[in-house]
Amino acid sequence: MRADAPARPRRAAPGPARSAARRRRQVTASVLTYLAALLLLGFLVAPFLWLLISSVAPLADLIQRPLHWIPPHATFQRYATIFFGADGRDFRFALRNSALVAGIATSISLVAGMLGAYALSRYPSRGRSGLLYVMLATYMTPPVAILLPIYLMLGRLGLLNSVLGLALVYTSFLTPFLTWILKGFFDAIPEEMEEAARIDGASRLGSMVRVTLPLSLPGVITAILFGVILAWDEFLYALIFTSSTAAKTLPVAISEFTSRFAVDYGLMAAGGIVAALPPLILAFALQRYLIAGLTAGGVKG
Amino acid sequence: MAGVPEPVTVPARRAPRLLARAARRASVPWLMLLPALAVVGGVVGYPFFRTLYLSFFNAPLLSHVRTAVGLGNYLHAFQSAEFRADVVHTLHFTVGSIGLELVLGVAVALFLNRPFVGQRFLRAMLILPLALPTVVNAVMWRWIYNPEYGALNALLTQTHILGSYRTWLGTPGLAMNMIIVADVWKNFTLVALLVLAALQTIPVELHDAARVDGAGGWQRFRFITLPGIRPALLVALVLRTVEALKVFDIIYVMTRGGPASSTKTLSFLVYDEAFSFLKLGSAAAYAFLTVALIMVFVGVYIRLLQSRGVAG
Repeated sequence: MRADAPARPRRAAPGPARSAARRRRQVTASVLTYLAALLLLGFLVAPFLWLLISSVAPLADLIQRPLHWIPPHATFQRYATIFFGADGRDFRFALRNSALVAGIATSISLVAGMLGAYALSRYPSRGRSGLLYVMLATYMTPPVAILLPIYLMLGRLGLLNSVLGLALVYTSFLTPFLTWILKGFFDAIPEEMEEAARIDGASRLGSMVRVTLPLSLPGVITAILFGVILAWDEFLYALIFTSSTAAKTLPVAISEFTSRFAVDYGLMAAGGIVAALPPLILAFALQRYLIAGLTAGGVKG
Repeated sequence: MAGVPEPVTVPARRAPRLLARAARRASVPWLMLLPALAVVGGVVGYPFFRTLYLSFFNAPLLSHVRTAVGLGNYLHAFQSAEFRADVVHTLHFTVGSIGLELVLGVAVALFLNRPFVGQRFLRAMLILPLALPTVVNAVMWRWIYNPEYGALNALLTQTHILGSYRTWLGTPGLAMNMIIVADVWKNFTLVALLVLAALQTIPVELHDAARVDGAGGWQRFRFITLPGIRPALLVALVLRTVEALKVFDIIYVMTRGGPASSTKTLSFLVYDEAFSFLKLGSAAAYAFLTVALIMVFVGVYIRLLQSRGVAG
């Protein structure tokens, strides 16, 4: 190995020593990469994994000191309690209420959002784009700033402690968000395609229903995904506006679950898992749409 | 607009009819916006101004007797040591969680932008904390922090980092930081996903060219990566800050504002004032001061965005 060979181009001379050093560096780099990857995986998964283990570990193993991380055997008793037992009754009502509220709120917001987003996308004007910013500004309004009058309003309408009343309240934060997402998707569809349909004799509404809507299906799926996840997640309104199994949603039930069954940590964990499964399954199954929605709402704004 | 006919080419007698038609056409977009406007106006706009109105009254929740107090509720708020303390708690939570989320989010995004086996799987796993409902996240971390049986105590004592179990959420100076950790675990993923999407739009050639020109890792980050992800970062910053300033759910479930009110935030103060002390008027005033705080932050961000936009 000649060290004094500056005339030769560097990459043409990978002597055995130098290539060994490079290989060692590469090995070190990839070892570090996988160590970091493992660390990140642990950080992302460990808390949830512990919740999962807690939900099937016998209580005696959970309250043992020192703690055994892997229980000797699993019990699915708590899941049976939640779905079939007497102690799970309130939880099952909450599951139903959450599904209803998310469904109703998302449907209303989807219709309002699609019409609004279409108007904003196809008939741009200064007044209307100002309106879009007003709608986005509602996002900055903390729920506590509108909570009290809504409480009084719902009381007057007889909609306190009702699934419909809560769903109507949820449209307040879903509609602006879904409008924003859908506008991004409508903007990406060339208007010429609708014009072509109209030349062929379709009406404005007909061209929207038959041309733009099918093309914006990914946008609609994204909007539904976000609508359901956000409605499923909401806590403060549900806490204030509901008071019995007739309308209490899962987040409220879970927060009460933990004070009522504080002794059985496993039952609390199982309840958390069941409540988390619908949004988790939706998000993982539709992850392409989730990312599209995040970046549509994010990167452009 | 495309639908409006040219008035010059129209014979005079047909003009009124065409004008009516044009007006009808112009109103179509507004009609389409009507449902969204009704929702936003009815469920956000009206209550918002109603809250503002309420904030000038002494209004008990369970009575119809209201007495106007002018700016009394606001003056009282500014003189209240409790209000000042809760502003500090809110800022502690906001600055702590946003800072950690940005650093962790950017670091993880940069890491997951490098090619390695399993990279796609790890990217997908970012969805787990993101999609986990906030209340479930709070319950999960409360269980992990449990003073007697919690996994954190077990882990730290079994690895001999801690000598004995601690009451993470029962210690005033500590509780808020533990809530911040729980919040960061869930929400740094939003920053990471937004930044990751932005990173993928930066052409690789830019980095290659800079490397040929002799730019080091930091220089390439500073002058290529950072400008590329700045819009995404600002969006993440605004979204997360607004969320953090109005935080309620995770605190309600994990500590109910305790111990010794050390984790009580502004939203919690409004909630307490209205539904524990039944004082709607002063609750409304506190709510409006929260709005003002959020507007200050967002205003600063917008200024930041504009000045940076001019500079480069």
